[in-house]
Amino acid sequence: MTKQRNLRIPVRSSSLPLFSDAMPAPTQLFFPLIRNCELSRIYGTACYCHHKHLCCSSPYVPQSRLRYTPHPAYATFCRPKENWWQYTQGRRYASTPQKFYLTPPQVNSILKANEYSFKVPEFDGKNVSSILGFDSNQLPANAPIEDRRSAATCLQTRGMLLGVFDGHAGCACSQAVSERLFYYIAVSLLPHETLLEIENAVESGRALLPILQWHKHPNDYFSKEASKLYFNSLRTYWQELIDLNTGESTDIDVKEALINAFKRLDNDISLEAQVGDPNSFLNYLVLRVAFSGATACVAHVDGVDLHVANTGDSRAMLGVQEEDGSWSAVTLSNDHNAQNERELERLKLEHPKSEAKSVVKQDRLLGLLMPFRAFGDVKFKWSIDLQKRVIESGPDQLNDNEYTKFIPPNYHTPPYLTAEPEVTYHRLRPQDKFLVLATDGLWETMHRQDVVRIVGEYLTGMHHQQPIAVGGYKVTLGQMHGLLTERRTKMSSVFEDQNAATHLIRHAVGNNEFGTVDHERLSKMLSLPEELARMYRDDITIIVVQFNSHVVGAYQNQE
Amino acid sequence: VMFYRLLSIVGRQRASPGWQNWSSARNSASAAEARSMALPTQAQVVICGGGIMGTSVAYHLSKMGWKDIVLLEQGRLAAGSTRFCAGILSTARHLTIEQKMADYSNKLYHQLEQETGIQTGYTRTGSIFLAQTQDRLISLKRINSRLNVIGIPSEIISPKKVAELHHLLNVHDLVGAMHVPEDAVVSSADVALALASAASQNGVQIYDRTSVLHVMVKKGQVTGVETDKGQIECQYFVNCAGQWAYELGLSSEEPVSIPLHACEHFYLLTRPLETPLQSSTPTIVDADGRIYIRNWQGGILSGGFEKNPKPIFTEGKNQLEIQNLQEDWDHFEPLLSSLLRRMPELETLEIMKLVNCPETFTPDMRCIMGESPAVQGYFVLAGMNSAGLSFGGGAGKYLAEWMVHGYPSENVWELDLKRFGALQSSRTFLRHRVMEVMPLMYDLKVPRWDFQTGRQLRTSPLYDRLDAQGARWMEKHGFERPKYFVPPDKDLLALEQSKTFYKPDWFDIVESEVKCCKEAVCVIDMSSFTKFEITSTGDQALEVLQYLFSNDLDVPVGHIVHTGMLNEGGGYENDCSIARLNKRSFFMISPTDQQVHCWAWLKKHMPKDSNLLLEDVTWKYTALNLIGPRAVDVLSELSYAPMTPDHFPSLFCKEMSVGYANGIRVMSMTHTGEPGFMLYIPIEYALHVYNEVMSVGQKYGIRNAGYYALRSLRIEKFFAFWGQDINNLTTPLECGRESRVKLEKGMDFIGRDALLLQKQNGVYKRLTMFILDDHDTDLDLWPWWGEPIYRNGQYVGKTTSSAYSYSLERHVCLGFVHNFSEDTGEEQVVTADFINRGEYEIDIAGYRFQAKAKLYPVASLFTQKRRKDDMELSDLHGK
Repeated sequence: MTKQRNLRIPVRSSSLPLFSDAMPAPTQLFFPLIRNCELSRIYGTACYCHHKHLCCSSPYVPQSRLRYTPHPAYATFCRPKENWWQYTQGRRYASTPQKFYLTPPQVNSILKANEYSFKVPEFDGKNVSSILGFDSNQLPANAPIEDRRSAATCLQTRGMLLGVFDGHAGCACSQAVSERLFYYIAVSLLPHETLLEIENAVESGRALLPILQWHKHPNDYFSKEASKLYFNSLRTYWQELIDLNTGESTDIDVKEALINAFKRLDNDISLEAQVGDPNSFLNYLVLRVAFSGATACVAHVDGVDLHVANTGDSRAMLGVQEEDGSWSAVTLSNDHNAQNERELERLKLEHPKSEAKSVVKQDRLLGLLMPFRAFGDVKFKWSIDLQKRVIESGPDQLNDNEYTKFIPPNYHTPPYLTAEPEVTYHRLRPQDKFLVLATDGLWETMHRQDVVRIVGEYLTGMHHQQPIAVGGYKVTLGQMHGLLTERRTKMSSVFEDQNAATHLIRHAVGNNEFGTVDHERLSKMLSLPEELARMYRDDITIIVVQFNSHVVGAYQNQE
Repeated sequence: VMFYRLLSIVGRQRASPGWQNWSSARNSASAAEARSMALPTQAQVVICGGGIMGTSVAYHLSKMGWKDIVLLEQGRLAAGSTRFCAGILSTARHLTIEQKMADYSNKLYHQLEQETGIQTGYTRTGSIFLAQTQDRLISLKRINSRLNVIGIPSEIISPKKVAELHHLLNVHDLVGAMHVPEDAVVSSADVALALASAASQNGVQIYDRTSVLHVMVKKGQVTGVETDKGQIECQYFVNCAGQWAYELGLSSEEPVSIPLHACEHFYLLTRPLETPLQSSTPTIVDADGRIYIRNWQGGILSGGFEKNPKPIFTEGKNQLEIQNLQEDWDHFEPLLSSLLRRMPELETLEIMKLVNCPETFTPDMRCIMGESPAVQGYFVLAGMNSAGLSFGGGAGKYLAEWMVHGYPSENVWELDLKRFGALQSSRTFLRHRVMEVMPLMYDLKVPRWDFQTGRQLRTSPLYDRLDAQGARWMEKHGFERPKYFVPPDKDLLALEQSKTFYKPDWFDIVESEVKCCKEAVCVIDMSSFTKFEITSTGDQALEVLQYLFSNDLDVPVGHIVHTGMLNEGGGYENDCSIARLNKRSFFMISPTDQQVHCWAWLKKHMPKDSNLLLEDVTWKYTALNLIGPRAVDVLSELSYAPMTPDHFPSLFCKEMSVGYANGIRVMSMTHTGEPGFMLYIPIEYALHVYNEVMSVGQKYGIRNAGYYALRSLRIEKFFAFWGQDINNLTTPLECGRESRVKLEKGMDFIGRDALLLQKQNGVYKRLTMFILDDHDTDLDLWPWWGEPIYRNGQYVGKTTSSAYSYSLERHVCLGFVHNFSEDTGEEQVVTADFINRGEYEIDIAGYRFQAKAKLYPVASLFTQKRRKDDMELSDLHGK
């Protein structure tokens, strides 16, 4: 197999010029007048460019959409069971005469496949939570999807946790973070007595206090195999917390808890990979987790206290309804990437002047990685020695893998990457109606103002820019009727969706230049074959949390 | 003092007529602020709410001689919904009691100006109800028939006549209409002020800007109210707080559930037409278009009940929401379209305002009045379903009568607070239900309509089993009950298409279920019945029951007695079956919706400190009704016990084993007059017993059946049902149940005197069974209930229920026959002779069908001939 791969790489590389020509293809593809035959031609071309990405780690690809410029060997690393080359080629041959039109029900079934809604239970109508509920959804572009999402209610403390995780170089790390991070946060938030109680229960074999109530879509799975390993690491963490406690019970600071939890989990991921596991499956798993990476954007909502902890380039956006009913967006997180001056500054300060030019190249960390903070990615954290040692003593799969062996260029003063989050605090006000957490797949395609407006109008059922008021104007019934009819016909796909996140994805993928959903475009986007989809969009994961303005208002009045 | 103040308010309002003055009421009321009057420390009655309901109750109480009354209003008088009400008084209602209330209100408001000197803007405009479809016209015709017999003039008119009455109307899509000429428009705020002023003259003290914080209760009795201005001791409290009544009810020391919920309601005001519309222009109700239109200040006022209502105040009074009540034009768009379709010429009319005034709705679209089952002296009048103005006068009168005389002069069970329990009080339930109720205001009301929201609250443990076998469900008091079972090979119409006044699509299905009940055996899940157990250490249980019930309950253990729980007037407060389980313990089975009412009645009349134990065991038992000649075979096979009439006579109760399950209460009655048994099964055995019954029953041809089959079987045998046919103004003598009354059982019981008197004097109405003669089941309109009965061409009463009898192959109606004097209209004694010697007709939506009247059931339906092949050797044994 290796031979075959090596053989093919130069062949693909030779089509490099074609690839750069083909880059504008996406914009052409969506030109409404395009015909089927043309489509298949473009499609064929696009296939080439897809291969291009896989075979060359060339830094000369200017606008690569991939967050992580991959190394050829890497493909097998992240999907060990598949023969990547045969897979893509087989697809390519089969695809030529394909038709692209999906019916609206087909479109809906794709869009809704991963949607999930949770309503905070009402107790006889008296909802004491500041959260009404949330809608979430994700649309894969990678196969399998590398994004993850999590939502859970803290049972031993108040508050709800929600997060989106964008994986790269495979889904192992984002999967692990989505399973584990909330436990680390919840434990960090627990008072000393509760930690003791849990530890004593473990010690004496009694039933444990539940810490989290998960709200999961059936497709959101947890790894059974690693569960014991993860538990042990978590237990070590709380044991340390217990030991560190000086006895005086102090108020737990949420911000600190979030930062500690992020750092601790990343540390555990790194340690587990260094230590290894006697079970060969687990051993391979912890290595995959450590060598792949994930960003995380997590919100903790407790009453009117909203904390957002962000690592990487997912984003948290608050939807605020102004007094005149219009919507405005308040960003509650900073992207950790090359567009963020402060991050660039940080990186330069953390490394010697001699590296000033190499630490960020082509807007990527060491010319490779788009997000400047992430979980996992030990290639950017460990020393070269450590990397080599782990790989050598690791399983054969790892040893054979060229990607893992590949050391980033200009790698002088690791670590280059951290999982430490930036935490933002916001005190909720009655006008704060919802929070959108989403991976960069969404923010790349839509402006934040549009995101907030679309969700806001969806949630309030007001699909128009402004409510009409007669005021002091002279308006006849006929004029008003005409106006209203016009507004109604404009009303698009809103009623098709029962889920705000689905509605947003529909817009993100299907919006035309006028900002309305174009079914034809939507259908084309969704019928892209797996290996092509990633060219036109990234995985999109969205959580829309809706706040209960009455409860928030009541909090406000209490003070 | 108060009176003059009110007059000054009203006087000022008169000065500037029109929309503007509605808001000027704010200013005028501030005049009163100057007077800081201290609240009295005690009163007989405290009424909370200065809207049309509160003022009407105060007005009527004071008229009836009660003087020590305080009325409290949190804001200003006649603010709230009363101020924003569209001011349409309409008598065309679906329930007779509602028609009567509206009729009384109409007459009251008509003379109010004369009585009080306060202008109310009362104008008799008449109203026209349009029909765009034949079904709507049938619905109107039914109302028309009923209005006429209670003396409210109305007629069905042609579209052409409609156009003559209202020149702006587009009538091309109409099939007909109903004209009610005496309906009126009136300013509801002014009516409330006039009522308040009259009450004030009669001594009622009125305080505005006074909020009731909570109601104080001691030992289940109102003792006073706590307001933001101090406490008032009182014996009676009346909650007329409109859309806040729910919250106020919960803020009592003993919470009172008043299930109602507000929805936003929109109507449009326009500037005057070029030729201003005359103030006598009739009001239009276009229910198919979901709108009403009345003349208003030369222009129009038009609102409606949209399909997608916006519930509001779910979490209670909320200043934010009150302030945010905005005009929502997009929401109003369908109604505006409908208006312009109906009156195309209005296109050029200028808009003045879109008013958003929340209205209150109840879970069953009927208003709520009466005394709380939990707190004596706590009365409620609220939940008007946007007909507050129409009902205000009549409802206030009935409630005042209730307080003064113990009960209104009319039966108001349909509106009684006690028809609800705490189970209807969930905010989530109310929010969901009112979203269905509000559009229903203008939906077609067809027989056997079931609410679709707020369902599956109470279910039997067999629910899933039955549902999987094709059960279709109806709901009573939150409990799911099977209507019938759709066989796997059969499809029924979709919900909307199944609405009909004619033969329904389930006719054949129910026929086969009835047939199976008659020839083999059927099982009906009847778990919803209210079940109480009354136990004592000594003889107290028997003594109390003997006093509360008219039949003799001192029967041997194991006997079942059908009996009524009567009031002082001899009327049925409840109709039930009581089994004597042992010497000191009784098992009482009542209709489903009696759960709250019966409990309250028993609690009220039971000695307080006795060692009587009253327990609601409704939830403990699943009830299966095994109906049919083969029921006996199924049961004996399952219990290895002889079940023949000799061993198990009719109306007998025994605890026995059925299958593996022990302790099943088996009763030889079926509520239908058919042979069979009721099984009261502790719920954990329900599935087992059901499975056993079904598997053993297979060879006897057993099948599931539902309430529609039961209803057909019951009505054809003249079994009257409480709540439908009989109520608290019906005595046993009036429905042929002399045998269920033991006047000489050796002790007094409630209602005995009234019955003795009635026995002596004769009855003034008589429940009669009618068999429709010339009625074509396939083609003619089906009877429902409430159809006028004519005897020799004279109106004598109305039907109370009806069903198709598959055995008689005729429709059977039950109904009361009165004997109105031809000269004075006074009620006279009804004798058997009077009934037998009449020629009868039943009026179904204006079509009269001949009917045979019967005072006793058709005997042939009861004969249980044993077939030859049923005979066995044991029949030859000596007993």
